[in-house]
Amino acid sequence: MFVALVAGVSLGPVSLPPGSVAAELLNLLPGVRLDSGLTEREIAIITELRLPRVVLGLLVGALLALAGGCYQGVFRNPLADPYLLGVAAGAGFAVTTAIVLGAGAGGALTGLPITIPLAAFVGSLGAVVLTYLLGAAGGRDRSPATLILAGVAVSAFFGAGQTYLLQQHSDNIQQVYSWLLGRLATAGWHDVWLVLPYFVLTAVVVLLHRRELDVLSVGDDEATGLGLHPQRSRYLLIAAASLGTAAAVSASGLIGFVGIIVPHTMRLLFGSSHRIILPLSMLFGGAFLALTDVVARTAAAPAEIPIGVVTALLGGPFFVLVLRTARRVAM
Amino acid sequence: MNAPAVRVHDLRVALGGNPILAGVDLTVSAGEWVTVIGPNGAGKSTLLRAVGGLLTGPGEVALFGTPIGALRRRERARVVATVAQSPVVPAGMSVFDYTLLGRTPYIPALGRESAADLAAVHEVLDRLDLGPFAHRELATLSGGERQRVFLARALAQGATLLLLDEPTSALDIGHQQEVLELVDQLRREHGLTVLATMHDLSIAGEYADRLVLLADGRVAAAGPPDEVLTEALLARHYRAHIRVIPGDHGPLVVPVRPT
Repeated sequence: MFVALVAGVSLGPVSLPPGSVAAELLNLLPGVRLDSGLTEREIAIITELRLPRVVLGLLVGALLALAGGCYQGVFRNPLADPYLLGVAAGAGFAVTTAIVLGAGAGGALTGLPITIPLAAFVGSLGAVVLTYLLGAAGGRDRSPATLILAGVAVSAFFGAGQTYLLQQHSDNIQQVYSWLLGRLATAGWHDVWLVLPYFVLTAVVVLLHRRELDVLSVGDDEATGLGLHPQRSRYLLIAAASLGTAAAVSASGLIGFVGIIVPHTMRLLFGSSHRIILPLSMLFGGAFLALTDVVARTAAAPAEIPIGVVTALLGGPFFVLVLRTARRVAM
Repeated sequence: MNAPAVRVHDLRVALGGNPILAGVDLTVSAGEWVTVIGPNGAGKSTLLRAVGGLLTGPGEVALFGTPIGALRRRERARVVATVAQSPVVPAGMSVFDYTLLGRTPYIPALGRESAADLAAVHEVLDRLDLGPFAHRELATLSGGERQRVFLARALAQGATLLLLDEPTSALDIGHQQEVLELVDQLRREHGLTVLATMHDLSIAGEYADRLVLLADGRVAAAGPPDEVLTEALLARHYRAHIRVIPGDHGPLVVPVRPT
């Protein structure tokens, strides 16, 4: 993770020597004084521009990977991720609405930094609630499959709404698209502070309850026999994961693949116990996204590639590789 | 201590509007092995689920003298352990981690497993000769080995009442005997009480102290195997053509093709 941190801060339009950057980063720790040999301007680039962006990447990546691993455990479905429950689609729809409405009001609304995060929260939590209600309407035995189906329906619904809005307001398409494809571009410390409380809350709740995910994996009946309230655990974990997703989405738009690839990679490498998988997913998810962001910034410099494109481009083949090697080891 | 391990009185359970159990009485003394038999759909599994606390219905279920509703979930899980008919085998989970799940009722809600929990798991695995399998993936084990692991998880729960729902239905005849001998040995050594359901009537009679014949949600007969496994009772409730032959450990029920 420290490697990702140094790489993320070093690489960019103005290249800085990694050694000096590492020294300067250590200087931020209390009681450390190292001479990095960097000018004040270069130090400013590190602390004000690059560091917050890398830190945000770490937080968002960790949140998405944690939420993904959590959903997969809760639903006992390897395909579950923050996108499955309609969480991301709800956030996307709400943010699109906010941007379109904001433009109608002369840009005053979107000018406020709080609008988009708020819209994302409202949208994603609204989508989760809707998914619950739809899933609950499917019958008294709310099986995990029913909830997933409800999530897909909610996703489709919000996706359609979003497409309609975009069609009606094609002049705003650029702005919405850049957000939809994911970006850590405008990140300053402000965004980091915005995400941090939700990050802490989500991480604490999910990590404290991660044993229960293992118990849930044997099914509700047996989990009950082992003294658990399966439904209660499930709702708590879903709520926490959704909150984390909303925070991640509001800070950086829709970044796919992290929530599904990272936990699976950890699972293939380190076994299936959530006690181990979830903390590791957080670490690697954060490092993965921070490194991906480096590629996004530098591959086509000075232009930036949307990070969502890079996660999919890098993540897909990487995952295939892990899958193949893990299979071979298992045999 | 004199309270029976299980006392069920006038239990009625309906699922989806259909009555499954229509007033069942059942008593299992501590240390006893009682097996519930009966045709498909008689309510055997439902009865077991009710005793395990997974279902509630009008009527009384008490474990060791305490009404089951008065037990908190974690307390209940320390008293009664269930091996389901076909337990879920979580993908990728090791035998050790699976057995450790049995310690759930002892691990604080937000805490982690203690050294005592890990020691308990090791002890159970050794006892069931599963030590060499500890780090194998559960899904890669054979049927007989898996059944031993399911038992190991239930034993790790430290419960004195064991509910076994068709514990041998997936096993060949040799492994059936192996698993049931193991259960009986554990019962004697640890003073466990066993309440099971079974389809194979001869085997049910050989291992149980008492049999309970369930039919249409009611107890049609109950008592020692030679009182329950009679040609008249079985012909009536199973609508089967059988012959009952005396055996060394109880009556042997042999299916005979109708002429």
